Amino acid sequence: MNTSMNPSSRPQSTNHNPETCLSLQNVSISYGNGKNVAVNNVFMEIPKGKVTAFIGPSGCGKSTVLRALNRMNDLIEGCGLKGRVLFDGQDLYDKRVDPVEVRRRIGMVFQKPNPFPKSIYENIAFGARINGYQGDMDELVESSLRKAALWDEAKDKLKESGFSLSGGQQQRLCIARTIAVEPEVILMDEPCSALDPISTLKIEETMHELKKTFTIVIVTHNMQQATRVSDLTGFFNVTDLVDYEGKVGCLEEFGETERIFNSPAQQATQDYVSGRFG
Amino acid sequence: MYWRNGLCVVSAYVILESPMTTSPLASSGHRPADVAKSTLHRQPNLPRNRWNAVFTVLAGVFAAIVVLPLLLVLAYVVIKGGSSMSLKLLTDLPPAPGMTGGGIGNAILGTLIVSLIAALIAIPIGVGGGIYLAEYSKSGPFASFVRFGTNVLAGVPSIICGVFVYGLIVATRIFFDQSYSAMAGGIALAVLMLPTIIKTTDEGLKLVPQELRWGAIGVGASKFVTITRITLPTAMKPIATGIVLSIARAAGETAPLIFTALFSPFWPEGLFNPIASMSVLIYNFAIMPYDVQIALAWATSFVLVMMILIMNIFARYLGSLNRI
Repeated sequence: MNTSMNPSSRPQSTNHNPETCLSLQNVSISYGNGKNVAVNNVFMEIPKGKVTAFIGPSGCGKSTVLRALNRMNDLIEGCGLKGRVLFDGQDLYDKRVDPVEVRRRIGMVFQKPNPFPKSIYENIAFGARINGYQGDMDELVESSLRKAALWDEAKDKLKESGFSLSGGQQQRLCIARTIAVEPEVILMDEPCSALDPISTLKIEETMHELKKTFTIVIVTHNMQQATRVSDLTGFFNVTDLVDYEGKVGCLEEFGETERIFNSPAQQATQDYVSGRFG
Repeated sequence: MYWRNGLCVVSAYVILESPMTTSPLASSGHRPADVAKSTLHRQPNLPRNRWNAVFTVLAGVFAAIVVLPLLLVLAYVVIKGGSSMSLKLLTDLPPAPGMTGGGIGNAILGTLIVSLIAALIAIPIGVGGGIYLAEYSKSGPFASFVRFGTNVLAGVPSIICGVFVYGLIVATRIFFDQSYSAMAGGIALAVLMLPTIIKTTDEGLKLVPQELRWGAIGVGASKFVTITRITLPTAMKPIATGIVLSIARAAGETAPLIFTALFSPFWPEGLFNPIASMSVLIYNFAIMPYDVQIALAWATSFVLVMMILIMNIFARYLGSLNRI
């Protein structure tokens, strides 16, 4: 499968490739009822079972694109999307699609750890319970915490508040909470930006473990992190549009992480990954 | 804090210095010439330090004046009413004019019943309205109108609420052809409580971090589940505090009850009959020419003030509770 395609020359096929998890076809997202275009003409094929990283300067729309993948942008007033986002061949923005169902299949971990004001146990049980989980809840809590590499630290205080954990542990709790719902995809929006290097390392180790089961898409400002965790990298950049005032985000280049960092096709990518950029 | 203090001192300095432009002090720039530049020690006689002291004392005096009425009212009520406290007072009916003894049992029970009716009406509506404003409304004209209306309702004098419910329910005899009733009193108090509950719910929910909602929605919670299981429990503290405070405020209202619940010298006879309440009992008895009744009015004042004080303390306790 060819993952290193040039955005402008990509064919607009709607034929579903079974290896593809999420497919973005000419996606443009705008805020303020179409007044401010955040990101323009994104084409992307995110494969199953891999870690895909989005990198790029601030304001290039990488988080916006990530949030479009599980319809989190619905929560922002006046946010609109053009183009198509296909998940397993289904258009996520079809009128008949229930966004709640989408988010059960495509979970999300946020920038700031945001555990619920409940016990550690309840934090994980919450999602599973509202999704109608019928099995052994203790088992699910344990396996989720194990997958998020938090079990050893949290097993003795499952009844304590989620806030009693450190920042890095809280973020792993949030990952465990997302895993417990058993989604197919996990979206991570700069999951380590609020954490120290040791916690970051733990979360990266967790991600390596997780990619055996889940497709992961991660937004990161940390290029080393992208090289460490991801199989594919999309570089977003800001450009000027012809008939539009202000900067607009776009997907500059998308391909295997190895190639993006070592021999990128675009000069802008080269400049960014080598640190010669804004 | 530092900045404010600095601003205050600077302005005071200007005021002090401006009439003295001809003095030798002013000619040497910003500070008196004889204050050597060498010392960093505090100079208590500098104008800015003097003004600082003056304003500190002044602020303290005003703060004392603020709490003075509360202390005086409490002390006065305790002295006048506390002395006649007894179990009989809390459980007996008021005496007929000219008789002695008796208590205010019916009024205490009446106040509890009317407040309970008001709470049962106002809490669901108020919390529901607050949830709508904070979680569902999209800052459209309707939401702004509701918010504005809430603020206006909060400023409506309580006697107007009484007259309104009088016209709506008492005069029309809408409930089983009864005129004055506990129910009408409860509805009037509910109208008074509504704005407080709506506002505290709205503001309490707005304090819940947006990330928490995202977290719940991110694991596939619907909006309803997010609100009932995550957002509302997180905001429980300010909401519960607001509810208790609004009940405490409504329980002491007199004007709306005179028009609606009226008064009764007997035990409550049902929700659709006139009912006694402590505030109306005080209003009625305090102007009677009998010493027994006047003493009862004082005793009732004491009980009412204590009840409201306890509710306020309870609200503070609720506010200090730490949820897991």
